[in-house]
Amino acid sequence: MKKTMYEKIWDSHFVVEAAGQAPLLYVDRHLMHEVTSPQAFEGLRLSNRKVRNPHSILATMDHCVPTKNRDLPIADPIAKKQIETMAKNCQDNNLNLYDMKNPNNGVIHIVVPEHGFVHPGMVVVCGDSHTATHGAFGALAFGIGTSEVEHVMATQTLPQQKSKTMLIQIDGELSKYASAKDIALAITGKIGTAGGTGHVIEYAGSAITNLSMEGRMTLCNMAIEAGARAGLVAPDQKTFDYLKGREFAPSGDNWDKALAYWKSLPSDDGAKFDTIITLNAADIEPQVTWGTSPEQVTGITSIVPAPEDFDDEIKRQACSNALNYMGLTAHTKITDIPVDLIFIGSCTNGRIEDFRIAAEMTKGTKVADNVTAIAVPGSYHVKKQAEDEGLDKIFIDAGWEWREPGCSMCLAMNGDELTAGQRSASTSNRNFEGRQGKGGRTHLVSPAMAAAAASAGHFVDIRTL
Amino acid sequence: MEPYNKHESIAALMNRSNVDTDQIIPKQFLKKVERSGFGVHLFHDWRYNEDGSDNTEFELNKPAFKDAKILVVGDNFGCGSSREHAPWAIADYGFNTIISSSYADIFYNNCFKNSVLPIVVDKTTLATLMDEVSANEGVKFVVDLENQQVTTPAGNDFKFEVDHARKENLSKGLDDISLTLQQIDKIDQYEEKHKQSHPWLWV
Ligand code: SF4
Repeated sequence: MKKTMYEKIWDSHFVVEAAGQAPLLYVDRHLMHEVTSPQAFEGLRLSNRKVRNPHSILATMDHCVPTKNRDLPIADPIAKKQIETMAKNCQDNNLNLYDMKNPNNGVIHIVVPEHGFVHPGMVVVCGDSHTATHGAFGALAFGIGTSEVEHVMATQTLPQQKSKTMLIQIDGELSKYASAKDIALAITGKIGTAGGTGHVIEYAGSAITNLSMEGRMTLCNMAIEAGARAGLVAPDQKTFDYLKGREFAPSGDNWDKALAYWKSLPSDDGAKFDTIITLNAADIEPQVTWGTSPEQVTGITSIVPAPEDFDDEIKRQACSNALNYMGLTAHTKITDIPVDLIFIGSCTNGRIEDFRIAAEMTKGTKVADNVTAIAVPGSYHVKKQAEDEGLDKIFIDAGWEWREPGCSMCLAMNGDELTAGQRSASTSNRNFEGRQGKGGRTHLVSPAMAAAAASAGHFVDIRTL
Repeated sequence: MEPYNKHESIAALMNRSNVDTDQIIPKQFLKKVERSGFGVHLFHDWRYNEDGSDNTEFELNKPAFKDAKILVVGDNFGCGSSREHAPWAIADYGFNTIISSSYADIFYNNCFKNSVLPIVVDKTTLATLMDEVSANEGVKFVVDLENQQVTTPAGNDFKFEVDHARKENLSKGLDDISLTLQQIDKIDQYEEKHKQSHPWLWV
């Protein structure tokens, strides 16, 4: 039988299906951060269970960590307790933790690939929905809840129902300055935030194979915004080159064995998918969200829609609520929307390539009056690399703040946040009400678009610069 | 976990779609290291005014919905993050049943781990149920997991689907980890085989 990549990974990780119970799937890698793990450790302790495979776990601190004045004690006592609890849990269970002071520290989904901890064909979980990021390597990577975190620690398996498969085929050339982020947003715009529910997406086509590994990570990262459980890209030479030589990548004989396995993973020609979606890369403009859901998105040359523009009653209502919350008038040109704050960072767009393109846009400009612009590298390694390339100087000279790594304004748990009514151009992944601070208004964009908005003070069509 | 028994309870109505986990439990409440006590923060930003008093405009603050155990809510409920704090808050508030036309995957899974039954109905049924609740606030529905059936005073009764294993575990209050550990031999065997075929994962 011809199999999709998802089915191959599923079959090779299937452990058992006991009568009346869901199939158990084996888990190879378990990623952790401080927010969704404490109650799982507590549960383990209360039931006198142990972590089955400590070596399968890599942990970091990212959600609550400050992005400035790291040497000072954390001001928020509850965040401080969460950080301390994480350190203690990792120490008690002998887990590899990149704590706040560790030179490997950063956002979990940035740090893990940097160290080659995830390989093609693995099953990877994390108590975090953006775990889908690691599908860029052809690994089945998905977010789980805290009870499941505890379940994986205790048993190295998860009861799972098999997902449906969706193929998103994107061929053709992206226009200049359109990026993986724009593909991800355009997909969400096309299929909606529930479009992928119950599915694992495989992204394929020349526009996908042409993406760098970092671009593929950005794309898979946002599979969850399209409602999917996970996103996958078939591993190829770029994947192998990226992994080779990294700390947790196989070496010597094992490299050859692993490589042979990795090459067997891509979907067989003619394998059947439950749903197929196609997009033409050339049609994808730089995208900007105008509402409070990632599906409320449009191209830079477009206008903010009006509720009447939608046939569906629910969408009409959602549009009207969003315009109200966002303080926008229907039919405003996207390029006429002013911004107050620029955020470049997060596990979606906090990698070196993101800062390179943003720096290219920023070079020789000044942040517009009344605009605040902050650049938050995804990890200390990204930060150092950027500094070695002199990118930090470009940002600082233009009036940006250059911060320490962390999730920061992606979810505004660490004190970096919008005030009510403030409007951001943000490279993160969610524009929900209050996500970046109560009453804050978020427009999701690519790093290049965010950087260009910083100097213009409003959105601009970067293709015309 | 508590076993899920047949019950007759007030159904509260929130006629909103795409309610995301950031609304169910805003992130400022995620920093706790315990599992309990999230109920008071459920729907915080909608539920309370700036000064901390109750927002009387918010649906769940209606006196008729006090003590509701069933939440009737619009499409794609629980989208967004994987935070289990969302079902913890829902359960801690007192809900044990949700009725909607669809849920985000992770949220749906998380409900079963916390003795919350997420019932899926088609959009027409949902609209009918919403009409029934808004016409008669405080109305009680009977939820019968055993027979997979909900009955309502206006006769908008319906059957619902639920995965067999999940139904068993929910109705007996069984926790997943103990069930999985009954398969420990199979896991050990699998792991041995996996070590042989994927040796690079163990170095
Ligand atoms: S950067 Fe944002 S999306 Fe990514 S892990 Fe952190 S909070 Fe989650």
